[in-house]
Amino acid sequence: MRLVLIGLAAGFFGALFGVGGGIIMVPLLILTAAYTERPAMATSLAAIGLIAAEGAIFFGVRGDVEPGYAALVGIPATVGVLAGTSLQQRLATRTLSLAFSVLLAAIAVRLLV
Amino acid sequence: METILLAVSLGFVAGVFAGLFGVGGGILFVPTLVLALGLDQLHAQATSLLAMLPVVAVGTWRQRRYGHIRMRPALVLGIAGAAGVVAGGFLAESLPEGALERLFGLLLLAVAAQLAWRALHPRPTTP
Repeated sequence: MRLVLIGLAAGFFGALFGVGGGIIMVPLLILTAAYTERPAMATSLAAIGLIAAEGAIFFGVRGDVEPGYAALVGIPATVGVLAGTSLQQRLATRTLSLAFSVLLAAIAVRLLV
Repeated sequence: METILLAVSLGFVAGVFAGLFGVGGGILFVPTLVLALGLDQLHAQATSLLAMLPVVAVGTWRQRRYGHIRMRPALVLGIAGAAGVVAGGFLAESLPEGALERLFGLLLLAVAAQLAWRALHPRPTTP
């Protein structure tokens, strides 16, 4: 039941913001469903696949999806995810987390101001 | 040409981010599509969901090899997510463009804060 609620929230967030919902699924699995970090991340990633597919269909039938642009960022990202998953197995990601945090904050400022 | 290079580089960074944190990379796809490629916010968000699919497929395959995925819970999450997707999708469509972009900016700030907090307060990661 808890998982159903987490899935609903993730789907809502995912479609509202064009993300997969992992941003809220990972912490919710850890905080409310007694998952440790790595199983939470891995399980959330598999669920994101379904949510992103559902979202792509929802917006795709409305003509809002641009497949060429999706390939332009999605294909290099598919290479990047191989690097990311092997890094995750190997090192403490503290520095990288902080670096990403700064990057996201900078983009947020660029979007908001 | 420069915008394409920028988009490709940011796409790669989004993938590394996705692999590291078990997310789909949308949080970086959306601003890349808006700021580098000039899509409007709604089209960027819709396109991000499609761009995520190969990333998540490869990420899931890699994680499976490491044995961290719990498949049944993942299916429950993903199937329950469909109802949320429809609600969130209609809301995204009905919001004015500027409001959606601002909300996304706030989401980015929240994620940045969450990342910084997790980095500074590490929790045990043994499965």
